[in-house]
Amino acid sequence: MAEVVDTVAVAKNAKGPESPWRSSLRQLTRNKPAMFALGVLVVVVSVCLLAPIYANDLAHVNPFASNLQGTTRLNGKIVSVLQANTQGLGLGVTPIGPTWNLTHYFLGADNQGRDVFARLLYGGRTSLLIGSVSALICVVVASLLGVIAGYFGGVVDWVLSRIFDIVWAFPIYLLAISLSVVLLTSGLNIGPLHIGPGSIMLPILIIAMVFVPYVARPLRGIVLSLREREFIQAAIGSGASDARIIWKEILPNVTPSIIVFFPLMVAFNMLTESALSFLSIGVQAPAASWGTIINDGLGLLYTRPWVALAPGIMIVITAGSLNVLGDGARDAFDPKAKLRGSI
Amino acid sequence: MERFKTWRGARVLLATLTVSAGALVAASSSVGAAPSGTAFTYQPSHAGGTLKLLASTAGGTLDPQVNYTLQYWQLYQATYDGLVTFRKVSGAHSFDIVPDLATALPKVSNAGKTYTFTLRKGIKFSNGATVTVKDVQASMQRLFKVANPNAGTWYNSIVGAAACLKTPAACTLAGGVVVNPATNTVVFNLVAPDPEFLDQLAVPFGAVLPANSPAKDAGTSPIPGTGAYAFSKYDPNRQLVMKRNKYFKVWSAAAQPPGYPSEIDMNFGSTVESEVTAVENGQGDWVFDPLPSDRLSQLSTKYASQLHVNPLTAIWYLPMNTNLAPFNNVLAREAVNYAIDKNAAVKLFGGTQLAQPACTILPPGFPGHVDFCAFQKGTGTTYAGPDLAKAKALVKQSGTKGMSVGIVVTNDTVNMAVGQYVQSVLNSIGYKATLKPLSANIQFNYIQNTKNKVQISLSQWYQDYPAASDFLKVLLSCGGFNPGSDNSINIAGFCNKAIDAKMAQAETLSITNPAGANALWGQIDKQIMTTQAPWVPLFTPKQIDFVSSHVGNYQFSRQFYMYVDQLWLK
Repeated sequence: MAEVVDTVAVAKNAKGPESPWRSSLRQLTRNKPAMFALGVLVVVVSVCLLAPIYANDLAHVNPFASNLQGTTRLNGKIVSVLQANTQGLGLGVTPIGPTWNLTHYFLGADNQGRDVFARLLYGGRTSLLIGSVSALICVVVASLLGVIAGYFGGVVDWVLSRIFDIVWAFPIYLLAISLSVVLLTSGLNIGPLHIGPGSIMLPILIIAMVFVPYVARPLRGIVLSLREREFIQAAIGSGASDARIIWKEILPNVTPSIIVFFPLMVAFNMLTESALSFLSIGVQAPAASWGTIINDGLGLLYTRPWVALAPGIMIVITAGSLNVLGDGARDAFDPKAKLRGSI
Repeated sequence: MERFKTWRGARVLLATLTVSAGALVAASSSVGAAPSGTAFTYQPSHAGGTLKLLASTAGGTLDPQVNYTLQYWQLYQATYDGLVTFRKVSGAHSFDIVPDLATALPKVSNAGKTYTFTLRKGIKFSNGATVTVKDVQASMQRLFKVANPNAGTWYNSIVGAAACLKTPAACTLAGGVVVNPATNTVVFNLVAPDPEFLDQLAVPFGAVLPANSPAKDAGTSPIPGTGAYAFSKYDPNRQLVMKRNKYFKVWSAAAQPPGYPSEIDMNFGSTVESEVTAVENGQGDWVFDPLPSDRLSQLSTKYASQLHVNPLTAIWYLPMNTNLAPFNNVLAREAVNYAIDKNAAVKLFGGTQLAQPACTILPPGFPGHVDFCAFQKGTGTTYAGPDLAKAKALVKQSGTKGMSVGIVVTNDTVNMAVGQYVQSVLNSIGYKATLKPLSANIQFNYIQNTKNKVQISLSQWYQDYPAASDFLKVLLSCGGFNPGSDNSINIAGFCNKAIDAKMAQAETLSITNPAGANALWGQIDKQIMTTQAPWVPLFTPKQIDFVSSHVGNYQFSRQFYMYVDQLWLK
């Protein structure tokens, strides 16, 4: 559970001991593995953000259009991007492999003749965007519901908890796959809200929603415990409104846990997105994510393994970094938390 | 016929078609001409051993009157016989029809409505029982009792079929199939002449089975047959076993030649990748499933002598919904035809050694095929490449620019790749295209149903038997279009009364003048494509068979593909 922050005392003694936030941040910055992971993440994000510059100004390719009859320069010669086998019976067509030249198909081409490295960068943008936005939505919604359930208790808690139980009862990937399959063909139409079948918002919302109980339940438990603490009872006794108590007393005390959850959820959500996209029910072609690129590479494993390996490696690096960072954040902000076992 | 799965409903459309042909003068003249293909010469020294065939999954029911998969139709060639069959030779003559259990091709009378067969004597089923005319009669009745997929579309031309379709359990085909045990004759009476009746008897549905066979789908229980082999064990999760039929004696090598292996096993459950590896290592002898595209180069280089590539009478195509925007506009359909690069599609299938760009509906070498190529960069009869500028202009002219288009494909590697390419092309000429991959189990029926509002899809067609009508009439006549049904094989929803009339004319002509009829079918093909463009023909595929190094005597039928039983083990 998070260390209780006596906000009144802290406010009265501004020049006193170091604030818990500052102390936690200092502890985090001293955590070398976490800082290394943060550095790796910064590099990954920065490189992915440069995708348009690479595609347009360096490689001069369109990573979203088929280029089956395209050519490129290799060792000074013009060669086909998709090369027909000329040996034996001449069966099969193989995409060009890695040239390790940043201006000409650095990681080779996929079976549509598209530059794998350009798609890897664009795919990273998509995967990171989906992972972080869905994690943000998930954490915000889960925090709201967890705090409401824990603070108000009674019927409100019972109803919300049963909803969490129902969602929790489904294996998470099965639920995500089911929702994706249903919404993939028709899109999402709720009142004025219309999200088209190919929209990136669909996987974002689906992934965010399926993970809500996994964040909300631990937060609810923290709030349930907090509600019995003296400073909350004192606030209630002094006639403070529920909204004020939640905003001023509860939220500051669950925020460290939320902060710890966020990087972990980004990693989980990114992996879920990759799984859905690998199954063709996440990000839709011709858009790229690391999951879709692995799917593209599945039929090329024997001849062009880099098509599938490269996004796989990026997923491992990114998810690993997020986990290490998440562990560091937990150690710094909420050392007693047992959140990981909850997910 | 679909290549890899049972295809039940598609033929229902033919129920609504009028079979307008006449006497079997034509049929017999077209299929019974003196062949130059010679029957296989049996070499006893190669006999013996167990042939191991590999397939990722089983092909469903083992009942030859129900199963509609190429996977088992290939095996039925060695296990069952009908009154007639396709000649067991390699090459073009494998499309010829020859007598099998009948002593000769039928005598045709009554203006093409009566076929008289004489049954061979002394042939026995694999259970030891002698084949009689009663078995022939019972087998034809059984087609209706077991709800054969084409009972209502092919065999409804037999007198009494209407009553059998209404009450299958009481089917007698009274007056339709008349047998005389004394003379050993079987007489078929048709309600109208049918030039394709012999083709329909020559496929496995026409197999003669014991009269006491169950009047329901036999499922995994083997039914005795008359072929050189008999099914002895079937576990769809594991293995199908064929052993020599100890009662088999050669009566016509052209119809049912003796086979070489002592036993033929088809093992299920491996991935195609591991099947290929097994054959490379000599642990298996043949891969049924399509070879993985990323192994082709290696196989074609290292195992060239074990690969066999043969052209198929089949087509991959993009049917466009002629009743739904934007493709209810012929200019939009022409635009897509101009835009798609068929050579690019060929690349996605595995290259020019595995497929040829197609401009026509009828595949090359098929009856009625005429060379022409309507929508391309040049004006020749062979494909020269796409014309994107013209395609963009046509999209603009059609007023459909900016419209959303959904492309429905199956979710396997090759279909997805072609679908992604089509999506890219449609986006480049001004549409907003999305790809809708579906499981192969449902895509074929999904794209047929107009309720699903499919605008464009990727589909394939493999011939049932060599007749132009098997493509043009089945896939593009008004009778093939059944709105709101999963069984609407005219996927484009193309219905043109004038062209329908011309098809009827071609069928009538085929009775007296097969060559003239084929020429007319060729004109129809050209007329449909050049004036209406309901499809984008992509390519005609080839079949690759990968066999192990200790297998010899590979023989290929254009009708039923590799003769499994003619392989011998070195």
